[in-house]
Amino acid sequence: MAKKLPEVDVVLVGFGWTASVIAQELTEAGANVLALERGGWRDTVPDFSVTHIQDELRYAVRKQIFEETQRSTLAFRNRPDQLALPMRELGSFLPAAGVGGAGVHWNGQNWRFLPTDFLVRSHNEQRYGKKAIPADMTIQDWGITYEQLEPYYDKWEYLCGISGKAGNIGGKIQPGGNPFEGARRREYPLPPLKRCAATVLFDKAAREVGLHPFPAPAANTSKPYVNSLGVQMGQCTFCGYCEWFGCANYSKASPQSTILPVLLKKDNFSFRTHCSVVRVLTDSAGKRATGVVYVDQDGKEYIQPAQMVVLCAFAHHNVHLLLVSKIGSPYDPASQTGVVGRNYAYQLSSDVNVTCKERLNPFMGAGALGQVVDDFNGDNFDHTGKGFIGGGYIALWNTGGRPILQEYLPKGTPKWGGGWKKALHEDYLYSTHMQCHGGMMSYRNNYLDLDPTYTDDYGNPLLRLTFDFYDNEHAMSKFLTDHATDIAKAIPNRGINSKPRKGHYSIVPYQTTHNTGGAAMGNDPRTSFVNPFLQSWDIPNLWVMGSSVFPQNPGYNPTGTVGALAFWAADAMKRYIRNPQPLVQT
Amino acid sequence: MNRRWAIAGALLLASAGAAVAAVQVYAPTRSHHAWTSIETGRYLARAGDCEACHTAEGGKPYAGGRPVPTPFGIIYSTNITPDPDTGIGAWSEDEFYRAMHDGIDKKGERLYPAFPYPWFTHMTQGDVDAIKDYLDTVKPVRQVDRAPELGWPFSMRSVLAVWDKLYLDAKQFQPDPKRSAEWNRGAYLVEGPGHCGACHTSKNMLGGPTGGKMQGGMAEHVFAPNLGAGERDGLSGWTRDDIVEYLATGSNRYATAAGPMAEVVQASTQYLKQRDLEAMATYLKSLEGPKPATPNAPSRDTLHAGQALYVDNCAGCHMNNGAGLTNAFPPLRASSAVQAAQPELLVAVILDGARSPATSAKPSGLMMPAFGSKLDDAEVAALTTYIRNAWGNRGSDVSRGTVAKLRNTLASAPR
Amino acid sequence: MEPHDQIEAGQTRATDACASVSRRSFLIGAAFVSSSLLLGGCGGGNSTRGSAAPRFLEPGERNFVRAAVDRLIPADALGAGAVQAGVDVFIDAQLAGPFGQAVGIFMQAPFHLGDTEQGYQLPFTPAQVYRLGIQRVDEHCTRTLGSAFAQLKPEQQDKILHELEDGKIDLGEIPSGDFFGLLWKNTREGFLADPIYGGNRDFAGWKLIGYNGPRYNYLDDIGNYGKPYERPYVSLGGTRPVMCRLSDSPTGRFRGPGCEYAHMPAKVHYDALTTTTGKVWPAGNL
Repeated sequence: MAKKLPEVDVVLVGFGWTASVIAQELTEAGANVLALERGGWRDTVPDFSVTHIQDELRYAVRKQIFEETQRSTLAFRNRPDQLALPMRELGSFLPAAGVGGAGVHWNGQNWRFLPTDFLVRSHNEQRYGKKAIPADMTIQDWGITYEQLEPYYDKWEYLCGISGKAGNIGGKIQPGGNPFEGARRREYPLPPLKRCAATVLFDKAAREVGLHPFPAPAANTSKPYVNSLGVQMGQCTFCGYCEWFGCANYSKASPQSTILPVLLKKDNFSFRTHCSVVRVLTDSAGKRATGVVYVDQDGKEYIQPAQMVVLCAFAHHNVHLLLVSKIGSPYDPASQTGVVGRNYAYQLSSDVNVTCKERLNPFMGAGALGQVVDDFNGDNFDHTGKGFIGGGYIALWNTGGRPILQEYLPKGTPKWGGGWKKALHEDYLYSTHMQCHGGMMSYRNNYLDLDPTYTDDYGNPLLRLTFDFYDNEHAMSKFLTDHATDIAKAIPNRGINSKPRKGHYSIVPYQTTHNTGGAAMGNDPRTSFVNPFLQSWDIPNLWVMGSSVFPQNPGYNPTGTVGALAFWAADAMKRYIRNPQPLVQT
Repeated sequence: MNRRWAIAGALLLASAGAAVAAVQVYAPTRSHHAWTSIETGRYLARAGDCEACHTAEGGKPYAGGRPVPTPFGIIYSTNITPDPDTGIGAWSEDEFYRAMHDGIDKKGERLYPAFPYPWFTHMTQGDVDAIKDYLDTVKPVRQVDRAPELGWPFSMRSVLAVWDKLYLDAKQFQPDPKRSAEWNRGAYLVEGPGHCGACHTSKNMLGGPTGGKMQGGMAEHVFAPNLGAGERDGLSGWTRDDIVEYLATGSNRYATAAGPMAEVVQASTQYLKQRDLEAMATYLKSLEGPKPATPNAPSRDTLHAGQALYVDNCAGCHMNNGAGLTNAFPPLRASSAVQAAQPELLVAVILDGARSPATSAKPSGLMMPAFGSKLDDAEVAALTTYIRNAWGNRGSDVSRGTVAKLRNTLASAPR
Repeated sequence: MEPHDQIEAGQTRATDACASVSRRSFLIGAAFVSSSLLLGGCGGGNSTRGSAAPRFLEPGERNFVRAAVDRLIPADALGAGAVQAGVDVFIDAQLAGPFGQAVGIFMQAPFHLGDTEQGYQLPFTPAQVYRLGIQRVDEHCTRTLGSAFAQLKPEQQDKILHELEDGKIDLGEIPSGDFFGLLWKNTREGFLADPIYGGNRDFAGWKLIGYNGPRYNYLDDIGNYGKPYERPYVSLGGTRPVMCRLSDSPTGRFRGPGCEYAHMPAKVHYDALTTTTGKVWPAGNL
């Protein structure tokens, strides 16, 4: 019999980035907030200490910093007519477990979406005609504009200490920044990271082929920084063990390094670790959330009542919770009804390896140390006749030279033996790679629902992912990869290896942890689960955070927008708390 | 008697749902005078950092039970909540004053000077009364005091009569008319409730003060540095504002509080008023320092090994040039803590890690990891010798034996 | 502030693990020992200092692994190969530990062989893949070439390895490409992982590629475009015998991340400071 606990004002499912932002904002407004985290407590010391953190085998290869599939995974298939099988080993994406969530192990690549990204359907229809969007491509406008979100992007950037160069301040294009970005009110809080040999070479080559390179915006601090909450951060020292590792010197933005020192001192905030939320409870009419059920590490069940429930778990974990809690109408691709699980998207990335003539010392790197061209992202170029919409950025990322996994060897390198050894010997110090980071549209048959066969530790059916790339994405990937290859050719090199992504989506090789959708935001309750304020249409005291709400995925890393949306939603929540009702009338 | 009922009544009020902070005023105020006294007492108790010593780890505030290691054994702090049977609820103001001024308790027994009454003796009776008034409002806790674990003859309190005769000058602070009001206020705070000299002055074998006043001394297992003049190992290079910033926020451009001092800043000095901190700084800046030492130059091999270890282990935060990072990691270059006469603090921080104080001005509480498991005694000795002599620093060698001894002490420290 | 959770380290269930990896126990859908407390392995005890004492592989299996990795990364003019680097020691230790036992891996039945896009779907732990795979490969070699793999000539061994890689040898339930893939992956890991895991001995792998080892600060070096980075080779290993005490403080106030992969390297000597290009490192600005 589950024990019922005293009610709190707000219960947060998960304790990563969005929970930290929401908790900080709502406790400032006086609310009593509780966060429930299924993983354990983690902090810079001792968990990411400089004494042991640069351990590629433990953290990156054996994946000890991520969630274990035994505790949490999903079943996967490409198309609806296939049998879904469990993702038994992590590969394509790497969700976290533990306080701080993926905010601990991310790269720090931090972006704002383009203004047109938020209007992807109406804008593309207007520019290219309705026929440009295939019938099965279920993209939709977000219900929010870039201009509305701009102040919150700014707030997020000053929280994290983003290092970068503005490209457009108040409508005026700034030299050295991204000329395609939406207008911002002011500069980044910190200047861009120092350049390394590889980014200098890319910058020169990109200019030679007529593109507009700029330093990537980075949540790796370029200088010691005291953030908007008064929390002190260090300075990135290019240790080369950024993504998939915790930061040892407080220079990568994470909940621990930016928010928790202030949040955890508050009397009206508390959190519990090793507590897995297994159900969101609603009243008998299904119109109001009454709290959550969670299981602690001893297997004991508890009912935690709350006035507000906010889902702050990783993207598709939020959707899973909605489905097992029987909240909202589950999406069915055949009849195209229902919203929960609809419009799952991802990222289509491809690589071009370059073995340069110049020594690069790739092991000096940072997760967001890179030089980027945005000329082929979003609708920054004319798509007429190209056979696809959308796009992505092309970046030279120098995140590290970790010996086991970060090999960017030339085409034709023998797979093993003396030839492989020779290639490694000659090329390790000289090789780097460009990433084509393409967006993804949403499709009728890319969705999330519940698997009929496999279950998790708590007896819930596993989430089932049905997902593949379509012609639009393949065409876009080829386009981007060709352009990246052009840039590579302009770098003095000894070999290039262009690797466009072909064929079906595979869950095996790592691509990105940018899983989006399943609880889309939008203006229309028929095609979205939450309204533009991330408040559930059906249940006004239930909110969903994170990239779960993306209706499709633009060609940028999602965290910047996830953070901005969290601040945006927090403001809406404060209004809700004063006057609890739906913020958008239907 | 009246006070007891007032407390009971207040407890009823409290249990009716008033928001509870860590330590709470339970007695309703009866007059403006009582209220002033309580608030003055609360402030002075902060300045004296009473709660830190008189609260065990995970224990109730002011209920005692924290082990205080001394060279003679372990003494446990006492229960100073107003519980009438196990605390000091039944003590009168005079009895409390006698404890603070003479080191003698209600029963007439002598207290061990681990309780720093040789410093509190400088306080005025009014201030001591105010502290008692404040303590009377603390939540009473029923907890019997733990007996000290001392070897003979120190287990005999009568021995303390001798100690007091030798080392206790039971006298209230006398202001120096030749000095400013600010200097006198600072001297009162430092020599009285602040009891800085209890750590920062050397002690002889009997635990009595020796050497120059506040020119550095062992505090538990670490060396509390010289607070007097000194270019390398004292406060000569610090301005008054530097001292104030350090005490108010936990760090300044030269140093970050570590070890026992981090606790002092977090629990005590960050709450002091700006002008009181300025007064203390003024007083400290007037103190004489020890004669500058000229340590021998360490061997080239040691420095060579130390530098390699430094680059591999320390540079990630403290930078290759030892400059640290503004607002984040303290510099090691030109640091008085690093160049202190004795290296125990530096060695302890490397072995066991450190946590900077989380103050309201600087809430981050940045931490340094423990290197004790990664580096052996020889490596720590070479590394610390290097740090004490790099970038223009100058300090004595650190021996393997010092490291080994400290490693042992840390491992067996009572909890 | 809530205290961080102590990592549950140090408890071993060596006997349970050993029982489940006998030669005959490949039951599809069997319940695997899946607790994260499972450490150590069949060889007994957590690490020993620099020891090559066997922990999982039986002698015949060890011979196979040594012979195979010797071909996968041979010793040559460029320097040491996998055997000199201790890769077989590494693999043995890994198979005895949580990796070998598939700790934390979702192993719920039913098992179906899916498309390549759906990833690994076999009911075998890595330890079982080695045990079964080696047995079958040796059987195949004996049957077709007259002796077990380890006794074949190098050219024959290379041919077998290529055939395994291409899926051309029947290993029963395990596709030979999967067996080869795992072996090659572990070989690369053993050659290039930090020496604390028993491989990359004397920095053989890192010397081949020119990687000096984990250091945290390149601020002063990242701007020296094109110039070599001159520092001695370094490992995560200090001089303490067991990795699980890395970051433990003497008072136990800070606990390290757990020791299930521990294996002790030789002490890193700071008195022999040879850099990547063979120079003796100058004393610098003291």
